[in-house]
Amino acid sequence: MSSPEQWTHPEPGETPAATAASPSAEQVIAGLRATSEGGSELVQLLTPEGERVPNERFDPYVADVTADDLRGLYHDMVLVRRADREANALQRQGQLGIWVPLLGQEAAQIGVGRAMRQTDMAFPSYREHGVAWCRGIKPQELLGIFRGTDNGSWDSQAHRFHPYTIVIGNQVLNAAGYAMGQRFDGKVGDDDGEATVCFFGDGATSQGDVHEGFVWAAVYDAPLVFFCQNNQWAISEPTERQSRLPLYQRARGYGFPGIRVDGNDVLGTLAVSRWALDECRHGNGPVLIEAFTYRMDAHTTTDDPTRYRISDEVETWKLKDPIERVRVHLVRHEMADEAYFDSVQADADAMAAELREFCFSMPDPPTSHMFDSVYAEENPYLAAQREEFLAYSASFEGGH
Amino acid sequence: MTASAVRTGTDTTGAVQSLTLGKALNQGLRAAMEADPRVIVMGEDVGRLGGVFRITDGLQKDFGEHRVLDTPLAESGIIGTAVGLAVRGYRPVCEIQFDGFIFPGFDQIVSQVAKLHARTRGRVRVPIVIRVPFGGGIGAVEHHSESPESYFAHTAGLKVVACSNPVDAYWMIQQAIRCDDPVLFFEPKRLYHSSALKAEVDTTATPDPLFASRVVRAGTSATLITYGPSVKVSLEAAAAAEQDGNSLEVIDLRSLSPMDLEPVFASVRRTGHAVVVTEAPAESSLSSEIAARIQQECFYSLEAPVLRVTGFDVPYPPAKLEEHFLPDLDRILDTVDRSLAW
Repeated sequence: MSSPEQWTHPEPGETPAATAASPSAEQVIAGLRATSEGGSELVQLLTPEGERVPNERFDPYVADVTADDLRGLYHDMVLVRRADREANALQRQGQLGIWVPLLGQEAAQIGVGRAMRQTDMAFPSYREHGVAWCRGIKPQELLGIFRGTDNGSWDSQAHRFHPYTIVIGNQVLNAAGYAMGQRFDGKVGDDDGEATVCFFGDGATSQGDVHEGFVWAAVYDAPLVFFCQNNQWAISEPTERQSRLPLYQRARGYGFPGIRVDGNDVLGTLAVSRWALDECRHGNGPVLIEAFTYRMDAHTTTDDPTRYRISDEVETWKLKDPIERVRVHLVRHEMADEAYFDSVQADADAMAAELREFCFSMPDPPTSHMFDSVYAEENPYLAAQREEFLAYSASFEGGH
Repeated sequence: MTASAVRTGTDTTGAVQSLTLGKALNQGLRAAMEADPRVIVMGEDVGRLGGVFRITDGLQKDFGEHRVLDTPLAESGIIGTAVGLAVRGYRPVCEIQFDGFIFPGFDQIVSQVAKLHARTRGRVRVPIVIRVPFGGGIGAVEHHSESPESYFAHTAGLKVVACSNPVDAYWMIQQAIRCDDPVLFFEPKRLYHSSALKAEVDTTATPDPLFASRVVRAGTSATLITYGPSVKVSLEAAAAAEQDGNSLEVIDLRSLSPMDLEPVFASVRRTGHAVVVTEAPAESSLSSEIAARIQQECFYSLEAPVLRVTGFDVPYPPAKLEEHFLPDLDRILDTVDRSLAW
């Protein structure tokens, strides 16, 4: 286990809480809620202006990142944003029943997604489209859930990316169990160790399952990275409604390290995630990462954020855009030119066109699907119900 | 009930032990753990203590702390981590300490355990067994005597069974662990240590299938349909009824989801009278379901409505009142008489 000296956060109260329980009226009115700033403990390697900030502790974790790698991270973020915007549009056009936008959280998801190895396991919530991308899952495979044709079509074992979990916080315990299994299997303890990352939001931190997940992972020394994307809003409720304390500081109460990273900084998130995964591989898990970010769009396409948050706040966060800062950095250091950016855009557009075409061509599932996979072993009662319904259904002209 | 009434398979030499229901479960768990290294036992106090009912006694000593886990004290955590372990390839056997404590784990059971297989169209299996000591009659405080099985039988994706005797306990727990579906495994806690119920368990016998009901006493006048702790009471009622010249057939359902009701239908078609006996309250319950299916399948054979002897639709009462709540011999016989006189 890590020693207390390794913990990165001060005693509560030592520095002003960044997510102040009660921001002043002035702050609110000015659209400068305390949550707009990550506080002095925020790990950031790339500023919103694209400046590379030295960081003694975390620089080693990205020392090997080449210009090619940086362009790769940029490419990833542009493409997942493009897929997200396309899917959002598909919902508006009636092709999807609902969409859950990731807009604004690209760096958090690509940063940790690219820090993971093939042998690591991920337990997502339902907004982790960027992580899915990194696990080799095509955006097409995400559509079924939102179009209503399936509940997730990817092979979660092959990709090591568990199905999306919609009940808030359930997956945190599932991830803790999986990570316990990695330890029981002897897959923890050296550079080749395995680790698990579980994803949840600021709202989920109020769930009992998240608390229990922290307890289980701690007492079983599970190689589990708790990756909390604090996007400041749980539908209409601000993070202050979930916690008095900055979320990363909760880890201390459970006896493992917690750290806050700029979730709009892909390089910082990559570095901190590599560190956290490394800790877990070597048996020093679990670790809590709070990726401090912002949900730029609605909770889902059914939501109307203008009812509960002010546009100044959104405008403030636009200046912290995760993609723009990498672009500026690449340009400033002559690691990419206009032709490169044009080619990325062309890739994104081609991918979006493909996604769109795929969506239009998605067939409704056969009626029998709802009966077919309820059980692994036969259930005569259900089989009879299935046959009865299929016969009934077939009795109509052109029956299914 | 005599041991022979529940003996299964054929007698072979050796390997026959006289066991209580609790000890038979213990032996069954041991056999399952020996047969498959991926089987792990987890729950509160199941390790060093051997469980508050001693059902897991000695298992941690023999199989180690990584196969018999004394977990933190939170039921959602037990079930939720078992899901992850199952995804990892383990076959977790979770103990819920008492029936009334399963509800903190209800969310994980209904939202994840039951649905993950369907959600993934069969790519992910969830071979978890959730053991639940259930039912009353032990003079306990609140939350220690409940019969929550209907909640789970109502939930698609789960299988639900209840054992009623040592022979079944020994085999059914092993069969449940081998099953690739999640199984809620209900154990009649007040019979755990009953020496009167001790039975010869032949560990070399061939057991009946897990999801099958069984006629445990043949009869011609009326059919008693029951499971778990009520099997014993129903058999006692049948023995008493015989004195009055009534021959009651008793069927132990054993599997509550799916239910194997063909033997029930066959019996009711012969007797024309059906009485369902459960400790669980009646409203919107397994007994409701059994009654509905009997009337659907045996409509023209019934000479009386399907009647029920159940716990009342009240929270489980304080211990000094539980004898009035629980179906007993007199209430069963009274109901049988009403059916026969219909």
